[in-house]
Amino acid sequence: MKLEMRDQPGQLVAALQPISAVGGNIIAVIHQRETLAATETLDVQIVLELPEEGSLPKLLELLREQGVSVVRIGEQRLLYECTLITIGHLMHTDLSDTVDRIDTTGSAEVTDLSLAMPAINSPSSARITIRSTTREEMKKAIRILRGVAEQKDLLIIEPLEGV
Amino acid sequence: MMRIVILGFGSVGRGIARAILAKNLDLTVTGLADSRSGLIDPAGIDLLAALDRKGNGDLCGNPDVSPADVVAKADYDVLVEVTPTNVDDGEPALGYIRAALGRSKHVVTSNKGPIALAYPELRDLAEANGVFLKYEATVCGAIPLIHAMQEGLAGNTISRLYGVFNGTCNYILTRMAEDSLTYEQALAEARELGYAEADPTYDVEGIDAAIKLVILANAILDMRTTLDDVERTGITLLTPEALRLAEDQDCTIRLIGEIVPEAGVLRVSPRIVAKTHPLVVEGTLNAVTVETDLAGDLTFIGKGAGSTETASAVIGDLLYIRERHVQGS
Repeated sequence: MKLEMRDQPGQLVAALQPISAVGGNIIAVIHQRETLAATETLDVQIVLELPEEGSLPKLLELLREQGVSVVRIGEQRLLYECTLITIGHLMHTDLSDTVDRIDTTGSAEVTDLSLAMPAINSPSSARITIRSTTREEMKKAIRILRGVAEQKDLLIIEPLEGV
Repeated sequence: MMRIVILGFGSVGRGIARAILAKNLDLTVTGLADSRSGLIDPAGIDLLAALDRKGNGDLCGNPDVSPADVVAKADYDVLVEVTPTNVDDGEPALGYIRAALGRSKHVVTSNKGPIALAYPELRDLAEANGVFLKYEATVCGAIPLIHAMQEGLAGNTISRLYGVFNGTCNYILTRMAEDSLTYEQALAEARELGYAEADPTYDVEGIDAAIKLVILANAILDMRTTLDDVERTGITLLTPEALRLAEDQDCTIRLIGEIVPEAGVLRVSPRIVAKTHPLVVEGTLNAVTVETDLAGDLTFIGKGAGSTETASAVIGDLLYIRERHVQGS
């Protein structure tokens, strides 16, 4: 988010404090003082991660109380990404149901799918990209996928590195 | 001079014999046995003649002398046990190792069965008899992984260990990725080149890699595990399309063995790995990454099998024992 605040000592701390108050995690603070700026306000960009979607309105309210105005908010809800490959009779075992089982969690989604079907009756291969709101949700989505794979007799190839 | 007996005169046993002949290692072989014959000679066996006999398809020794006789009767400091692996009960190697340790003889082995199945018992038996039990050659052939973890990395806490533990699978996956071969084609090629057995189950189903994880977990990481504790998926169902889908993202697929001690995880499965990752090695090579608290991450790469390469690990263990426990006459 991009914030505008008075160019006075202590203002940046005042703007950051509410973030930790709502349990948020600051990833980056970009603070560029433009030498030509004639205004008495300062622009600061903050990249942050919030524990749950409902904490954003609370944060905005706290910031307003501190006299900090929020100029712009760019939101990326699905922050974590994981790509897996699955092999098996994907179509015969209802691929869209496999995808649905993850999408219906609400906090993880299949955002990309590449499918290779070499011949009828031979196993097909698919690369599935899942995005999720938190690391925990990603673990949950992978657990769901493992369960589906066992049930539908599919092979799941997970990445070596974590999410 | 240290006196040794060699049990098993296959690829590894002969590799050791050739290294002893080629280099001045100051080792005298006073006993030798293959599965059908044995030899005992306190003055030292003529290894060149034994290699010739074996090469001609003859017995390496006397059919009336059994391996058990050699273990029980020969005069030696160290038993070198390099017979084939049996993962069901570790026999007959397990019995030979017990007998030698019981006679207060050091033991060096390349045999995964006894170490995977009975390490705590054998270690206690060695300790009770004041002798060494060394098994570097059981994991990743020429790579001195066990020595590095026990000696070089002493004092470190190992949080994770993972890598390519099976050269046969690595060869098959390398070929599938390089030339879009099917699993069956790549396996056939591996067989032709002698990288895969007639029955490749042990390698391609991940059993061999799983046994190596059990050895490292029990012997180095102080875990108490068995083969049944390893979550295991092989490579038999992989398709060239799956490798291509990985390739599209600058990744590839490798059979990875992984231990996370704190979580109690032991797992062998095909995994997606970035092609720039140090574990992505070609052909039959092995590679293992160890994550530690003090030393950071270390990756070891080398030949995981082969006559001379496995002999290197056995000889390293023998000379380790000689350095620390000079005996013999």
